[in-house]
Amino acid sequence: MILCRCEDVTLADVQRAVKLGYRDLEEVKRYTGFGTGPCQGKECLREIACAIATAAGRDPATLAPFTSRPPLSPTELGVLAAASRK
Amino acid sequence: MTPSSRSSAPAAASVAASASASASASASASASASASASGSPALPAHAEVAILGAGVMGLAIAYNLAARGQKRIVVLDAHYLAWGASGRNGGGVRQQWSTEMNVRLMQESMEICAHFAEEMGINVWMRRGGYLFLARTDAAVARLTRNVALQNRCDLPTRMITPDEAQALVPELDTAPFVGACYNATDGIVFPWPFLWGYARAAQKRAVTIRTGTEVTAIERRGDDFRIATSAGTLTAGRVVCAAGAWSPRIARLVGGALPDRPVRHEILSTEPLKPFLKPMVSVIESGLYVSQSLRGELVGGVSLPEEDNPDGEVRLGARLEFLTTMARGLTELMPRLGHVKVVRQWAGPYDVSPDGDPIVGTLPGVPGFYVVCGFGGHGFMMAPVVARHYAAYLCGEAPHPFFDAWRADRFTTGGTPAPAREEMTIG
Repeated sequence: MILCRCEDVTLADVQRAVKLGYRDLEEVKRYTGFGTGPCQGKECLREIACAIATAAGRDPATLAPFTSRPPLSPTELGVLAAASRK
Repeated sequence: MTPSSRSSAPAAASVAASASASASASASASASASASASGSPALPAHAEVAILGAGVMGLAIAYNLAARGQKRIVVLDAHYLAWGASGRNGGGVRQQWSTEMNVRLMQESMEICAHFAEEMGINVWMRRGGYLFLARTDAAVARLTRNVALQNRCDLPTRMITPDEAQALVPELDTAPFVGACYNATDGIVFPWPFLWGYARAAQKRAVTIRTGTEVTAIERRGDDFRIATSAGTLTAGRVVCAAGAWSPRIARLVGGALPDRPVRHEILSTEPLKPFLKPMVSVIESGLYVSQSLRGELVGGVSLPEEDNPDGEVRLGARLEFLTTMARGLTELMPRLGHVKVVRQWAGPYDVSPDGDPIVGTLPGVPGFYVVCGFGGHGFMMAPVVARHYAAYLCGEAPHPFFDAWRADRFTTGGTPAPAREEMTIG
């Protein structure tokens, strides 16, 4: 079952990461690459968090979301360049 | 497939080996499957060598010490693997430098990187597409020409090329602003994170204890040992190696020492993945802009901004719009066709910069038994494989590599010896 559609990360990938000892969203993000595609985790963060909580036997409320990175949504270089001070 | 999911299978195999190896090792009988915060092994009461910082430098030194048969090695980190600069850098690995020391060290480091995947059983997504440096001024071309001559004497195939030849290498370039360039086809890029996992697992397999999520709060001398207080308890250590990168001055202060390096915030952006088109890492000498295409297809790069005032010396990791717009302008001027390519994220990491730009290694002045390895100025990741190899040899009592003299920590206080040539090929 695919949980992160941008990066093709499956439930089995997340379960394997947890088994290896990666039990926080930041760690699982780095190990599986989930949340690093065009949606930056907007679609999959909750699903992955639930998968980690289930696999690790943790209360979902104890899982902090990973650091969100600008820009808010994918933005063209040309648009950003136009906003620069020469 | 993501880089890391591809690497999962060999990684799982090495962890299984790790579990069986640690079952017979008294120092880490409770070793968990990996170096994660929640799965960290128990803190031992004593370490022969305590390494502060589980970045690539600390983990590589731990691995090399263990591979030499050293026992009771503990690595401590306040965060998780890849939280710090080792997880935030651009993954460039190059041999083009202006000092013979750095050229030769990076030739050796490149060799280690080239064999890392097969030796450690983990995919590091290495791609040797070369490094292309572009120069806008005759003065920069003169410097590059001198550096290329040095590199050729070290048997590196770097060559000066014309803007037209640069454009043949990267057809998307607008080479109009440039008067010359240099290119070495044997430089490359890696994906940094698997280096940490590879070194960590290989070290754990050799009974090294890695404690992440463990902050060091105090260090004091107790007879022949150091007493290290952490958020997870206290341990003693015969020797301490501070491999905390830009956070090193803070660690040095805990033990009553002082380090002169300072953190300088640098940022990187990553785009949506594109079809492979960009072979070399491309860098512009004057602006410090650099960009490469990862094996995932993303463009990854950064550019220098004016150094901000930072009187308190704190490491700042916030992302700035000014970086995004400056980089976007630089990138679209360099390759005008990229205007419609989308940026998906940006992040910041600290360069760990010493007063003369060269690293700081060896004994912390005034604190025998406490060693430092910092001040790598944005090149620590690529230099770690070779520096750690020689650092472990030094800690085992072998004759020190010449960098221990050139980069010794007391050079800023003694002022007695003439300064050797300092590196000028720093980018980003």
